[in-house]
Amino acid sequence: MAANTDGLPVRTGFLAWLNKRLPVDAFVRDQLTGYFAPKNFNFWYFFGVLSLVALVIQLVTGIFLTMHYKVGDTTAFDSVQYIMREVPFGWLLRYMHSTGASAFFIVVYLHMFRAFLYGSYKAPRELLWLFGMFVYLALMAEAFMGYVLPWGNMSFWGAQVIVNLFGTIPVVGPGLVEWIRGDYGIADATLNRFFSLHVVAVPLVLLLLVALHLVALRQNGSNNPDGIEIKEKKGPDGKPLDGIPFHPYYTLKDLVGVGVFLIGFAIVMFFVPTFGGIFLESANFEPANPLSTPDEISPVWYFTPYYAILRAVPDQRLGALLMALSIICFIVLPWLDRSPVKSSRYRPLTWKLALGAFVISFIGLGYLGMQKPEGLYVLLARIFALVYFAFFGLMPFYTRGESTSRVPDRVTFSSH
Amino acid sequence: MQVRSMRTGLIGLGAVLLATFAVSGAMAAEEPAAEGHEAGVNWQKWKAGNEVTNTASLQRGAANFVSYCSGCHSLKYVRWSRLATDLDISDKLLKDKLLPEGAKPTDYIMASFPAADAEAWFGKQPPDLSLVVRARGADWVFRFLKGFYVDPSRPTGTNNVALEGAAMPAVLSDLEGVKSAVFAEHAGGAEGKTVERFDTVAVGRLKPAEYDAFVRDTVNFLDYVSDPSQVERRSIGLWVVLFLLVFTAFAWFLKKEYWKDVH
Repeated sequence: MAANTDGLPVRTGFLAWLNKRLPVDAFVRDQLTGYFAPKNFNFWYFFGVLSLVALVIQLVTGIFLTMHYKVGDTTAFDSVQYIMREVPFGWLLRYMHSTGASAFFIVVYLHMFRAFLYGSYKAPRELLWLFGMFVYLALMAEAFMGYVLPWGNMSFWGAQVIVNLFGTIPVVGPGLVEWIRGDYGIADATLNRFFSLHVVAVPLVLLLLVALHLVALRQNGSNNPDGIEIKEKKGPDGKPLDGIPFHPYYTLKDLVGVGVFLIGFAIVMFFVPTFGGIFLESANFEPANPLSTPDEISPVWYFTPYYAILRAVPDQRLGALLMALSIICFIVLPWLDRSPVKSSRYRPLTWKLALGAFVISFIGLGYLGMQKPEGLYVLLARIFALVYFAFFGLMPFYTRGESTSRVPDRVTFSSH
Repeated sequence: MQVRSMRTGLIGLGAVLLATFAVSGAMAAEEPAAEGHEAGVNWQKWKAGNEVTNTASLQRGAANFVSYCSGCHSLKYVRWSRLATDLDISDKLLKDKLLPEGAKPTDYIMASFPAADAEAWFGKQPPDLSLVVRARGADWVFRFLKGFYVDPSRPTGTNNVALEGAAMPAVLSDLEGVKSAVFAEHAGGAEGKTVERFDTVAVGRLKPAEYDAFVRDTVNFLDYVSDPSQVERRSIGLWVVLFLLVFTAFAWFLKKEYWKDVH
């Protein structure tokens, strides 16, 4: 195909007309065919695109669920059963949405772990990390409010516990809780506003933040497993030596990743949609009942690490504070890690051990958050919480002046 | 190296998915019903062992439900017509044997007598059973229906090992018979009570194995009712997964072809 000096194809007819009015070709060149990504992406680099896939699944199924769901404390529970039983393929929509919520968190957690592994939050990508963290916060709000909508008994009591956490804030707490609920208890007003926030407000915020996350990503390009800036080594043609066009190389590679993801997604959705009570809790198949507390109130698995931290502290106010702090730790990460080297490949054993201990603590807390807080479990939760905060809190000290190994000039890659 | 690491990654992801699938499968796996005799009656280990693909069992369960349960318990999310379609019950059979007087096939399955009366008689309204298996599990319902024992301290004259202080009377005692429970001395909380043995007070119309089968069919029916699309869901799922496997294989070969150029 003939090309102009600016690398755009020569167009005639409708496409010429269109491109004069809308920069379609320029966008494709800048963002896909002429956008160079490091060629050494590995397994961990699938989870960004998979998060996007999960987002789309949630938006599309959510639109259709909203057509049949009836918000209100006397109608919500029944309408979910109506969707499950009488709407054609309503069960598919609902299970896609509930499996999608858990899948979203799985891929986001793995995506975040990738950033730890290869230092993707370090300069010049701090804002990219920040936008990502705000996406994560919006996602948590979205998931929490979505969980309330079926108006099952766990929806009700989960909302009760989480909303009451705001009541631990000094002075304004009690008033704030009432303002959030819109009533003196979790009630119809709460359900209605959570519906509004879940289907309109938070998705808008999420989309805006995801857009900003992607713009910030394109500004400096992706990091890679070696933590090398590929733009620093360019060939005579001005293209990064270690870069390859995003399309067709990464679009096709991502397609394989999406395929594998969808296989796992379909297996869970069609064969074990409740995932043994982890993705859909059995107590939520009983309607909300303010007079009957479930045996054990526990949030869905993706919140349990923080929930375990909350329960590890005997004082509720301090627990809530630590819970908030545990999330803030992630946000300030780029300024805690002082190592000059990005990738764990070239960082010392101390870093790898610290990261390993953190991952074990996070998963351990996640498990403990699903168990009754008794005996050994309380002690374990406290130990894990301590490791969690030590990982972040001591990071400026154990990463400063780290004895790193030499980072190569070019990325590690061989085609066979 | 790159290709290999990606392949290793994909195999790794596949392995993780398979492992989670296997673990969750194991969690849901049904063990054969067994009664341990070493440490008393191990009622906490009783398993329903029902199969929702067994239509004959579902039909018997539906008949059991209509005969013994629907007086007090509703299935308010289930229409008679849907039941008939899913369970291969003919319109004639539905009208002759199952439908209550004056009910239309498109009606939901409601309890026969008024809720207010039920509340006055039993102290609480008998719960709707549309979702009981989802909320409690099939095994629990199985244990409950086999768990009644004589307890003169209760207003109904009976109690239940699976639900201490159950308001429901032992309506199936005509079939099961009447039994009393001998508890171990160190009885702790209600759920932790150890039953040494059950003593037969009066025999029922069914032999123990026949009663188990009766309960299993009934639980099976309630399992179906709690998630009526589950059989269809699994059969569609198989095709979806097969399609995705083929799709992913093609995507993988296409990717491999393009990536030949990358050195």
